[in-house]
Amino acid sequence: MAGLNRREFLISTAATLSAGMPAWALAQSGNAAPRRGGTLNMLINPEPPVLVSIFQTTGPALVASSKVLEGLLAYDFDLRPKPQLATAWTVSRDGLQYSFTLRQNVKWHDGQPFTSADVAFSIELLKAVHPRGRSTFANVTRVVTPDARTAIIELSKPAPFLLKALSAGESPIVPRHLYASGDPLTNPHNSAPIGTGPFRFKSWTRGASIVYERNPDYWDAGKPYIDALVFKVIPDAAARSAAFETGALDLGGENPVPLTDLPRLSQLPQLVTETRGYRFLEPLSEIDFNLDHPILRDLKVRQAIAHAINPQVVQRTIAYGYADISPTPITPGSPYHDAKLSPYAFDIAKAEQLLDAAGYPRKDGVRFRLTHDFLPYGDMYRRQADYVKSALARVGIDVTVRSQDLPAFLKRVYADRQFDFTSIGVNTLFDPSVGVQRLYWSKNIRPGVPFSNAPHYSNADVDRLLESASVETDEGKRVALYQEFQQIVYRDLPILNLVAPRMITLANRRVRNHTVSAQGLEGNLADVFLSA
Amino acid sequence: MSRSVRFGAVARRTAWQVLPTVIGIVIFNFFLLKLMPGDAADVLAGESGSATAETMQVLRAKFGLDQPVLHQLWSYLTHLAHFSLGYSPRYDAPVMQLILSRLPNTLLLMGVALTFAIAVGVTLGAVMAHWVGRWPDRVLSVLALLFYSTPGFWIGLLAIVLFSVHLGWLPSGGNVTLGVQLHGFAWFADAAKHVLLPAATLSTFFIAIYARLTRAAMLEVQRQDFVRTAQAKGLHPWRVTVRHVLRNALMPLTTMVGIHFGTLLGGAAVTETVFSWPGLGRLALDAVMARDFSVLLGVLLLSSLLVIIANVLVDLLQAWLDPRIA
Repeated sequence: MAGLNRREFLISTAATLSAGMPAWALAQSGNAAPRRGGTLNMLINPEPPVLVSIFQTTGPALVASSKVLEGLLAYDFDLRPKPQLATAWTVSRDGLQYSFTLRQNVKWHDGQPFTSADVAFSIELLKAVHPRGRSTFANVTRVVTPDARTAIIELSKPAPFLLKALSAGESPIVPRHLYASGDPLTNPHNSAPIGTGPFRFKSWTRGASIVYERNPDYWDAGKPYIDALVFKVIPDAAARSAAFETGALDLGGENPVPLTDLPRLSQLPQLVTETRGYRFLEPLSEIDFNLDHPILRDLKVRQAIAHAINPQVVQRTIAYGYADISPTPITPGSPYHDAKLSPYAFDIAKAEQLLDAAGYPRKDGVRFRLTHDFLPYGDMYRRQADYVKSALARVGIDVTVRSQDLPAFLKRVYADRQFDFTSIGVNTLFDPSVGVQRLYWSKNIRPGVPFSNAPHYSNADVDRLLESASVETDEGKRVALYQEFQQIVYRDLPILNLVAPRMITLANRRVRNHTVSAQGLEGNLADVFLSA
Repeated sequence: MSRSVRFGAVARRTAWQVLPTVIGIVIFNFFLLKLMPGDAADVLAGESGSATAETMQVLRAKFGLDQPVLHQLWSYLTHLAHFSLGYSPRYDAPVMQLILSRLPNTLLLMGVALTFAIAVGVTLGAVMAHWVGRWPDRVLSVLALLFYSTPGFWIGLLAIVLFSVHLGWLPSGGNVTLGVQLHGFAWFADAAKHVLLPAATLSTFFIAIYARLTRAAMLEVQRQDFVRTAQAKGLHPWRVTVRHVLRNALMPLTTMVGIHFGTLLGGAAVTETVFSWPGLGRLALDAVMARDFSVLLGVLLLSSLLVIIANVLVDLLQAWLDPRIA
């Protein structure tokens, strides 16, 4: 019977995240006054393993966590910090001391008071178990708490990105009295969180739904406006589209429906799209070369591949137009992006010439054979891999596309290194020190660690620039360091950067104020309301 | 032979086969799963989009993946001997609890789908056999072929588009209406509304099989002497078809239904995904993708137990249908 085919189909459609968004974003709020009451049905996909984003930072975990557990800071659309649990903050002139004044009269959902001890405990916990906490908080020596409403983070070296890393999703503040004893990774509150946020955890029916209810004692009196927040688990992409059409879903982020469905759905009168709220992700689609490969270690070959691949095809056809071309690892959305760099010119003749010069003449039309792997997350990278195959066939490189599931892919690329070159997507996050450095820094050649330095690229100048930029407190100098870095990796080409896919949020028209900050749906949704 | 003695014989014969089968299944599954590249820590790190060598180590220790493979197998078998299916570090919950929360949903879906498939399939088969070669047979044969060859996910999606999106009669997914407390008839009606589309989708393939199987078996039986005798003594044609032909044609059908019980568990994963149905098949699929071996082993073990139970029931049913078997 057709069982196997069905299952393969299912796997290829199950996780549809990644990739772009359209330019027809519409204003969502208007001038209507907030209305109290109602239940918001929101998509969560895939279902997160835990509801606390302290040691698991998959997108859905961040979305679920940030409604219950809050961070020290929130952010406006330009990543400027705004108060959340901290009401005021100062940074010492040498950049080694961050002092936070905490909000008073905040209570955990179990009635215990929130104090600076919770902040100190959480920062230290994040440093120990958070997937990137070890690098974000690497320079933190200790957190001093002179009184219950002051927390001072002390650093050994400056960390200019630190103020951007304190959002609820990225660095949640957890209750010390519930996490201090025992292994934090197996704490039962990871799946029944207790926080300070606008919503309280009510129930979790695995495979079906997560229900949060309004916190009537929230410190921001009057908020939240809705009575309940229901996360629905809908694993099938087409069923998600149908749920938006029937009104079973009101809100979903990170490309909730296939890009092919998006133009049709956004034409419906009851649905609107939103493109803001993803400054913390900044995804990037790229091709990583294995520099240990006997053919690909030759710069001429990599340049030839760069000249044979047209980034505009990737932007328009692979990403359906929901992407910006980014020839550098620091995406156009970042203030550190070097706009002077433009993609390698799409030039078949130049590519052929480079391959001839590299000593790979055509024999029966084929110069050499390579295998291309792709990240099995959504279907954008599969499409990109198919394009790479057809594009390189024109210059005499015979490419075989190989597919496998996520754990098999990660093991192949990062642990076994049994790959030639690969289509991959990474989130470059809120700052290059956190999101980009790991991809190019020779000290991050860490076997078996996903999203480390996959090409095994090692350049002393790049290491020096990255390390200097990560402790540079002068913004102008930091921009210069990162621009020099971008020019070197653009020349050395260990990674061919293609496009920065744009994310899209789909919402029912009656859902207002869902995206009010750079965190988007990873904000706390205290402002969201349902219009009549 | 009395019915209870017959039952005892079947039960005894099955009991000593069950235990070695189950242990074999567990050990085989364990090594099969270990052959899959990548582990649960890779998945968590991949989903998180970031990792450091230290956090990977912490995760492997949490999952018990830092232990030697044979040690992991031994510890799993030890747990099993104490009737524990172990603990899922990914879901932070006992495996038994995870499975028991999904099992009723899957059994409901399978039960309704299988009952529906048998009822409709046998009826169609009987109609086809009764009018063999004439237009009802021709039309239904084409229909059965269509059901047989159309993938379930496609039927499911089209059913959603028609009945949920366009007509708005039935919910597009889930197994209950969220956020309301229903009792009595309202609860039943709500559950029925939710199970209708997925069960109908799941049953289409099996309706086709049972219809064709029933038709073939009935044509076989129709040529036998006792049927001619029944017709010769002047019984009504439908009475001959139902009492004499159909009853004797049900034997191969019961065998197939027993086998399909296992297939349905696997096939249900597709339907469960399309209809967001929180069932066992999806739990198994998620566990494969997440390399959560303790959950997957638990689901596989329980599924094999269900198949064994289903086969025992089929044995008993066949003994009742045909007294010569026991």
